[in-house]
Amino acid sequence: MIHSLFLINTAGDLFLEKHWKSVISRSVCDYFFEAREKAVEPDNVPPVIPTPHHYLITIYREKIFFVSVIQTEVPPLFVIEFLHRVAETFQDYFGECSETTIKDNVVIVYELLEEMLDNGFPLATESNILKELIRPPTILRSMVNTITGSSNVGETLPTGQLSSIPWRRAGVKYTNNEAYFDVVEEIDAILDKSGTTVFAEIQGVIDACVKLSGMPDLTLSFMNPRLLDDVSFHPCVRYKRWESERVISFIPPDGNFQLMSYHISAQNLVAIPIYVKQNISFFETGSSGRLDITVGPKQTMGKTVECLVVTIHMPKVVLSANLNATQGTYNYDPVTKILLWDIGKLNPQKLPNLKGSLSLQSGAPKPEENPSLNIDLKIQQLAISGLKVNRLDMYGEKYKPFKGVKYVTKAGKFQVRT
Amino acid sequence: MTTMQRLLQLPANAVNMVKSVQGGSQGQEEALSPVLTPDSGPQNWYNAVQPEELRHLRSGGTGGGGEGSEDRPGLEEGLTSLQSQPLRHDDLKEMLDSNKDSLKLEAMKRIVAMIARGKNASDLFPAVVKNVACKNIEVKKLVYVYLVRYAEEQQDLALLSISTFQRGLKDPNQLIRASALRVLSSIRVTIIVPIMMLAIKEAASDMSPYVRKTAAHAIPKLHSLDPDQKDQLIEVIEKLLADKTTLVAGSVVMAFEEVCPDRIDLIHKNYRKLCNLLIDVEEWGQVVIINMLTRYARTQFLNPNINESLLEENSEKAFYASDDEEEEDKKDEVAPLAKRKPYVMDPDHRLLLRNTKPLLQSRNAAVVMAVAQLYFHLAPKAEVGIIAKALVRLMRSHSEVQYVVLQNVATMSIKRRGMFEPYLKSFYIRSTDPTQIKILKLEVLTNLANETNISTILREFQTYIKSMDKDFVAASIQAIGRCATNIGEVRDTCLNGLVQLLSNRDELVVAESVVVIKKLLQMQPEQHSDIIKHMAKLIDNIQVPMARASILWLIGEYCEHVPKIAPDVLRNMAKTFTNEEDIVKLQIINLAAKLYLTNSKQTKLLTQYVLNLAKYDQNYDIRDRARFIRQLIVPTDKSGALSKYAKKLFLALKPAPVLESTFKDRDHFQLGSLSHLLNAKAGGYQELPDWPESAPDPSVRNVEIPDWSKCTSRKDRKEKKAEKPFYSDSDGESGPTESADSESDSGSGSESASASDESGSGSESGEETESEEEEEDEEEEKKKKRKKHLDKTKAKKPVEESTESEQSSGSEERKRGRKAVKNQKSASESESESESSESGDESEDESEEESESDTDIRKKKTPVSKQPPKQSKKESKKETQEMSLLDLDDFEPAPASAPVTPVNFMSSSLVSDLEGLSLTDTILAPTTITPSGSIKMYELLHRITGEGLAVEYCFSRQPFSPDPNMVAVQIQFTNNTNSETKNLHIEEPRLQCGMRIREFAEIDVLSAGESVTVVMGIDFCDSTQAANFQLCTHTRKFFASIQPPVGELMTPVFLTENDFKKEQGKLMGMNEISEKLTLGEKCVNEHVIVERVTATANLSRVPCGSDKECSTPPPPPAPVYRFAGKTVSSGCLVLVTVSTKEGGRAQLTVNCEKMLIGTMLVKDIMQALSQ
Repeated sequence: MIHSLFLINTAGDLFLEKHWKSVISRSVCDYFFEAREKAVEPDNVPPVIPTPHHYLITIYREKIFFVSVIQTEVPPLFVIEFLHRVAETFQDYFGECSETTIKDNVVIVYELLEEMLDNGFPLATESNILKELIRPPTILRSMVNTITGSSNVGETLPTGQLSSIPWRRAGVKYTNNEAYFDVVEEIDAILDKSGTTVFAEIQGVIDACVKLSGMPDLTLSFMNPRLLDDVSFHPCVRYKRWESERVISFIPPDGNFQLMSYHISAQNLVAIPIYVKQNISFFETGSSGRLDITVGPKQTMGKTVECLVVTIHMPKVVLSANLNATQGTYNYDPVTKILLWDIGKLNPQKLPNLKGSLSLQSGAPKPEENPSLNIDLKIQQLAISGLKVNRLDMYGEKYKPFKGVKYVTKAGKFQVRT
Repeated sequence: MTTMQRLLQLPANAVNMVKSVQGGSQGQEEALSPVLTPDSGPQNWYNAVQPEELRHLRSGGTGGGGEGSEDRPGLEEGLTSLQSQPLRHDDLKEMLDSNKDSLKLEAMKRIVAMIARGKNASDLFPAVVKNVACKNIEVKKLVYVYLVRYAEEQQDLALLSISTFQRGLKDPNQLIRASALRVLSSIRVTIIVPIMMLAIKEAASDMSPYVRKTAAHAIPKLHSLDPDQKDQLIEVIEKLLADKTTLVAGSVVMAFEEVCPDRIDLIHKNYRKLCNLLIDVEEWGQVVIINMLTRYARTQFLNPNINESLLEENSEKAFYASDDEEEEDKKDEVAPLAKRKPYVMDPDHRLLLRNTKPLLQSRNAAVVMAVAQLYFHLAPKAEVGIIAKALVRLMRSHSEVQYVVLQNVATMSIKRRGMFEPYLKSFYIRSTDPTQIKILKLEVLTNLANETNISTILREFQTYIKSMDKDFVAASIQAIGRCATNIGEVRDTCLNGLVQLLSNRDELVVAESVVVIKKLLQMQPEQHSDIIKHMAKLIDNIQVPMARASILWLIGEYCEHVPKIAPDVLRNMAKTFTNEEDIVKLQIINLAAKLYLTNSKQTKLLTQYVLNLAKYDQNYDIRDRARFIRQLIVPTDKSGALSKYAKKLFLALKPAPVLESTFKDRDHFQLGSLSHLLNAKAGGYQELPDWPESAPDPSVRNVEIPDWSKCTSRKDRKEKKAEKPFYSDSDGESGPTESADSESDSGSGSESASASDESGSGSESGEETESEEEEEDEEEEKKKKRKKHLDKTKAKKPVEESTESEQSSGSEERKRGRKAVKNQKSASESESESESSESGDESEDESEEESESDTDIRKKKTPVSKQPPKQSKKESKKETQEMSLLDLDDFEPAPASAPVTPVNFMSSSLVSDLEGLSLTDTILAPTTITPSGSIKMYELLHRITGEGLAVEYCFSRQPFSPDPNMVAVQIQFTNNTNSETKNLHIEEPRLQCGMRIREFAEIDVLSAGESVTVVMGIDFCDSTQAANFQLCTHTRKFFASIQPPVGELMTPVFLTENDFKKEQGKLMGMNEISEKLTLGEKCVNEHVIVERVTATANLSRVPCGSDKECSTPPPPPAPVYRFAGKTVSSGCLVLVTVSTKEGGRAQLTVNCEKMLIGTMLVKDIMQALSQ
């Protein structure tokens, strides 16, 4: 399966290598560099690169290329999914997954990689098991370790791997027993020039933070489960229970995890919380253009729209922007050609507006296409689909846990064509 | 000192040796500790690293050979030319040699960091490897990391670490065993192949599923190291495939796929089990299993679309308007065929589809994809649709996931367009998508286009054409072209749109349009001469070679439509001929030739000019073409008949090109595979076989032994089917449907067993669990009621019981006493005595007749030859006795069932008396010593839980006559209720792989207050796994489980001292375990020790022949006690040696081929002796 892994930063430096079978020379990465150069954008590097003797399967995440080398047939998604799991584990351990943190914690990284794969086949990928094997670094622990010389490797051997519920470690104890659930919905939408919805759907996830002692068995039920069109679950959720009763029954992992993700399809009517009036035009002569954008609330269910940000990828010929924002601040980066307008809270009484002129490269032909606007927003205390958690019940333990549910709506891939 | 300890010392010695070799020449440098004098340390490091890095750069630049091969000479150089080059990493070595763990850890961390950066740290091997036995876990782990990385390069030194792992393999902790096996198998050193093989085989039958999983992981490692081991490994795989735990399933299938993917026959027996376990297997294992099962199903089941697929093909053909006749023919062929064989889906096929379906909801994209491809390849057409939703969901994931999913969706959408049509909008493109994703989405959109949705799609395409991403625009234009060719209604609209694009400012867009328009025009050239004219004009502006070539071809092909322009174009092209690209040049020649043929008057000279230019072209292709065309079109004397047909050749009507997706027919690769993605066969790809013409025999998947299934499944309890006798052969008859059902039940059963009732892994439907709970509640109430009842009856009972037991024990005692005076019997005999007075009498008689030495020989024979007649006698006598004793109406003779309880038949004082007597015996004629004293009784069913039925069992240590490979378990039933219990029997044994049960015959009636004892045989397969089964009465079923102590898994064997030593010599190394211990206070004399050992394990004492060790004057200087036995089911020898020393210390050595048994036995005996 997975033979070796190379981590490469955007500058093309190979800063970590790990082999699970015999060593493969890092020269194999030359093929990757070739493809990387051809692709221009890091996003466009093909995930699978065939070379004469190997295949390279690559993911790009947090400005790092995870390049894995395989030699024989293996489902590419298997490798891709695993590499993402590796990146997530790093994030989980070090707070972020970046070149610096990986370099700083190279030993832990190496120990983790060693545990996660055996001979190229995934062995322990559950974060709870890994944390029993290798403790994540904290400032306190690293200080204690330097003083006492103790180690990060768990003294006790992990039991989770052996149990029938590998995702939960045994003997969890908390003084405050709490379970929090965040229902986060993202609106994926494409609006056309006139503001009509070309396509819209809702992607939701329920993130959980469960800190409960013992072996609690939870059941989460919804007021309107029929709403959910397509769901995927954490392995702890009992499928059959969902199939028959539409409740989510599970023994939770300890700590943070994603309980489920769901999809509310384009067939349902999706409320679009804001509207955008925009007018971007480039003039044939004078190498300039005009921009006028107004954002207003549409279907917000009485809630305030926050963290409103408009991002525009300008054509290459746009040199600078001279604009005036009635609310918030704007910033144009002439290198990446990205215009970013950070509006903040949307005030329904006084609609925010961004207006002004764009100066273009002189002599260059005017761009044919107007750039599309990407919208980012957040609405607290609202699940735009109308999904509501009915109740959370706990079985198997005696104590009374504190339970909390939070709803957030965000813009996902929300694009306005112009 | 044992071998093990000697082995353990080896590394240190060897390492010292190596060090002294190195140290000789650079003692001075070593004397200066780099840790203490930091100045010298880093400098050395720097000097050392530099050339290393340079070499690396060189090798990296040329892209040549592996690092490993180059490192070796480098290292040797380093060793030989020590004087010139200071040794590297002195500081690290110093740290590794120190006593402090913290220093070692720091050094190891630095080394691992070096490895991570790809720096060579191989010269530290000797210093690192000796820390392999370090107590600190983190150091140990890092040493493992180092070892696995460099062992291959330093094979000889790596061998030094092996003994540590071998010791680890015997550790009582399963996790340590597993990790030892993991590292041992990861060290790629060919010499240890036999050791690995042995270790894998051992681990494959380990009790711990985690160790077995590790064994499965080790199989492909060994296979890649030494492919010659394949046959043996397949055996191990076969064994592990039969494993019932979810932990092992994924790993072993992975091993199967890597080692012997073509041995599909190994799957048959495990197919249903795998299907049922699937949902509980970890996600990575699921992927591997699903992919394998897809292949399996393709070889074993019939095509569910056998009728539809052909129809579908036809309909598609009709769509592309191919010749109708062929189609008709096909239909004629197909129709009767379909009629003849109405398709019925194999229930196993259905089982697979049903059990994989919920996995579409997995959070793991790879699992979802695996299920999707399974459905695509295996499901009936009507059911494939369900995968679309899940695949569309994956499109929200990371862009790499999207990329792979879209590739597969593209292939699927060609075959089954309807499936994705409802999700059309999900494939709409955002400007922020990476180009490769955009292009794939475009592909899918194009595949999905049909008459009804084309207008929306085209509108969408129009937006795409305006994108800034030019590659994407080009792809969009091609997509429009494809839509236009496929859907006749929109052809004109598309063409008009494309023509408009010809005035686009971007040259790439125009060029692409030209190419596409060319293809479209070919379909109906007559109507579009103005477009051709328009394009002819463009030739001056367009620079893209492909577009220029396309225009030239168009003009040449349709020169009759543009008779005026064509010669002019040629004239222009002739001017620039030398500067054109090759494809353009070829088209110029082509155009010239065509014009020459149609309009030779105007173009003759031009043509000759062009051909002359071409004649001297650098490209041989062009030169050849020019020569060929000149011969063909310019009539000369030599040119034969061919030139007459030149016009026909050049201006023949050419069929319009069919614009096809590049994804067409890619589904002959298994979807989701790497090969499918690359559209080329990757190494190790297993072809997806075609459906068989007729289904292979489905009965191969029937499992003969109705094994562990159904045991705990409460559903069954409710249903209460009439159970077939356990060993009935009729099982094969049960149709596939039935057995499939029972299997699925068993699956849920195992799940409910694996988790606690409430926390069941979710495979049981909620309703079920609830109803179960209710049921339990009811039971509880009943119990309470009965309890009350029992309490009342209790008062009477003890009296009865006591009298009874007194009677029996009294008779036993008498006999016992007699026997003890006379002689010590073999364990089996004395025990049989304890069970039934009859057999005791008999054996006594026999033993009286025979001489002492004969006893031993006879003992070996007994299980084989003497048992049957004895048995029959026993039975007949017993029958009569039992009748009188228990006064049962109709008691059927149960084989080897004993009438009375064997519990504590001796008072403790008597035991000690006997012991005193036997002491002298052993000296005179040492034979086996029975575990005098009590045989331990274990509770199988408590009186309360059994609702009045109490069941106890003990290991009678008697050979189980019906099957010598089974351990005899004596079970005593006591009916504490005041009603009769009927039909006591065993049902639904759920056993670990390989285990077997021989049930006792059903006890028809057990009247109130009575007890009955029966014997059943269990083959534990030499493991201490519990045998689970249900005890059934006429009203209730109870779950029961018998777990044997390790000492009961063996039977005594007689060996002479010499034989013993000889056998012991064969079982050295890994098979020997020895521990030191301090004897407990009571273990003062030989007698107690022997008694304790034999009580712990069913072994026989080896007579000590020489007077040195066991002479008359007590206490002997260093008495050694030897015991021998063999395991019941596989007959492996178990040799135990206890050698006592002064001060109550002793050494215990166990030699056994089964390391696990050995390990556990050591533990048990140690406990017994140190009490």
